[in-house]
Amino acid sequence: MRKSRIIGSVIAALLIAGGVAAFAIGWRPAIAAIDPPAPQSFDAALVKRGRELAAIGNCNDCHTVRGGKNFAGGLPVPTPFGTIFSSNITPDAETGIGRWPEAAFRRAMRSGVDRDGQHLYPTFPYDHFTNVTDEDDQALYAYLMTRQPVHAPARANQLSFPLDQRFVVAGWKLLFLRRGTYQPDSAQSAEWNRGAYLVEGLAHCGSCHTPRNALGAERATAQFAGGDVDNWHAYAINAQSLAPVPWDADALFAYLRDGWHPDHGVARGPMAEVVSNLSSVPPGDIRAIATYMAGVFGAPTPDRKRQGEAVLAQVRSPSAQAPKGDAAGAAIYAAACATCHETGRTLPYGGVNLALSTAIAGPDPRNVANIVMSGVRPVEGERSPIMPGFAGSMNDGQVAALLNYLRARFSNQPAWTDVEKTVEDARRTQIVFLQTSPGPHNAPADPTQRDKP
Amino acid sequence: MMTLKVNGIDHQIDADPDTPLLYVLRDDIKLNAAKFGCGLGQCGSCTVIVDGRAVLSCVTPLLLLEGKQVTTLEGLGTLEAPAPIQRAFMEEQAAQCGYCIAGMMMRAQALLQRNPKPTDEQIRSELEPHLCRCGTHMRILRAVHRASRLMDTADASSASQRSAP
Repeated sequence: MRKSRIIGSVIAALLIAGGVAAFAIGWRPAIAAIDPPAPQSFDAALVKRGRELAAIGNCNDCHTVRGGKNFAGGLPVPTPFGTIFSSNITPDAETGIGRWPEAAFRRAMRSGVDRDGQHLYPTFPYDHFTNVTDEDDQALYAYLMTRQPVHAPARANQLSFPLDQRFVVAGWKLLFLRRGTYQPDSAQSAEWNRGAYLVEGLAHCGSCHTPRNALGAERATAQFAGGDVDNWHAYAINAQSLAPVPWDADALFAYLRDGWHPDHGVARGPMAEVVSNLSSVPPGDIRAIATYMAGVFGAPTPDRKRQGEAVLAQVRSPSAQAPKGDAAGAAIYAAACATCHETGRTLPYGGVNLALSTAIAGPDPRNVANIVMSGVRPVEGERSPIMPGFAGSMNDGQVAALLNYLRARFSNQPAWTDVEKTVEDARRTQIVFLQTSPGPHNAPADPTQRDKP
Repeated sequence: MMTLKVNGIDHQIDADPDTPLLYVLRDDIKLNAAKFGCGLGQCGSCTVIVDGRAVLSCVTPLLLLEGKQVTTLEGLGTLEAPAPIQRAFMEEQAAQCGYCIAGMMMRAQALLQRNPKPTDEQIRSELEPHLCRCGTHMRILRAVHRASRLMDTADASSASQRSAP
């Protein structure tokens, strides 16, 4: 009896001590609310700079739902831990950030804490934004505070205990949040350093392209080795890249600026939104990102280079090839795909020759399955590449046969496993994806068309 | 030789398995409502319904249709007894040159079967794959709404109207 009482008090003491420690680590003060500043109080040049930075940060992609008001939040973001809804970052006084002083905005960007002192979940990629400079945070703040205020209360996250307790995030930050502004590498060019600052920071490329550990943090040892986003695979964009033709700075610049490249294809899926945003960014910043990322990819090995040249030569002047893969898949390809993908029409309106497609060379068939099912939707009011979806005309077995054929015919990689399962998932999740994505996930073909009414 | 079920009738088709459905419909079965526009699945004029879903017949190879039901515009109604969707398009005078209209009607029909009361936005989004160069878009929108109302009243088909006193 006495023993159990001692154990009981020890446990109680530990709980209290743990609670106090957690409080000390996790507690952040609220920052006093302000009256929403008048839009006119912000300098126009600063707002414009903020607009460009917000485009680099791809902010609207997560903070807007399909058909919804810009930056009003509410997008469900599925994670292995539950669904987290993006927040309203319009300057609405009650439901947005209208009462946030700039210091509160900067604190959110730098350490993932909202104005009330609550920890934000790291679906908001403050693990990258922590290196954004004060000047850039100021411009982003000016841009967001001059948007249309939208009354849109936050939607409750769907997380189970204990992850629904925000102080848990404080522990995550102890483990994974490394604060500090970007330290330039004096051995590299100014352009390279600019690119590094953007890629590692505001552009948060690693959020999708770096694999995550069991606690949802990016694995520092596998930076840019390929990750997952929604139900897509974000390709490896380092030396492990499987792109049939190796990327270089010029190709990256063209792809990020225009949304497509003749040797690589058209951006689609979540990347389409990224390049769509990048089209309004000054070319110098895109060039910087391309320069830095070309270094991350590294110079291709002579072997990779030779293979890339061989693929390009075959695509440009095809020689007859012995048929590979199964007959059903071949017939589906011939009738449904080859008319666009193998007739030599130039991109972006013709389809890319699939021998050039990273999707076919990729580690799993998710991206091809998604695209075959849903196609590429046109951008409203603009010239843009499109592809019809085949969810209505092909059953799962037929899509799987096609995917297996594409893999055998257009890559020298081993056959995919679990193709049927992937196709099933793609059919189920694409329906959800199309309902929640913020807009047609597609890259406008011609950036000069984008700003026109 | 393959059996293809179109508008409820079995047809024996002697064609390569990778032949697009559109060619079989027009050349072999002589059903000419579905049109050849681009041949690339980019204009929508070849749209037919397969098992209740709108499908671009120019990029749908024959071998995908084993055991499925194909419906073309001819299967919805006739000149004497037009289906609600056809009546609605006529009453709204939604066709100008008419080349795209058969495809538009088929996708609108598939939409209305799934969602009898679509909003303007849903119709626009659904008909997005269809190009019309004459510019009757607003009439097409009205026609789909009208078809929705016509279908709502159970005896709205023109056949039953004709038999009314």
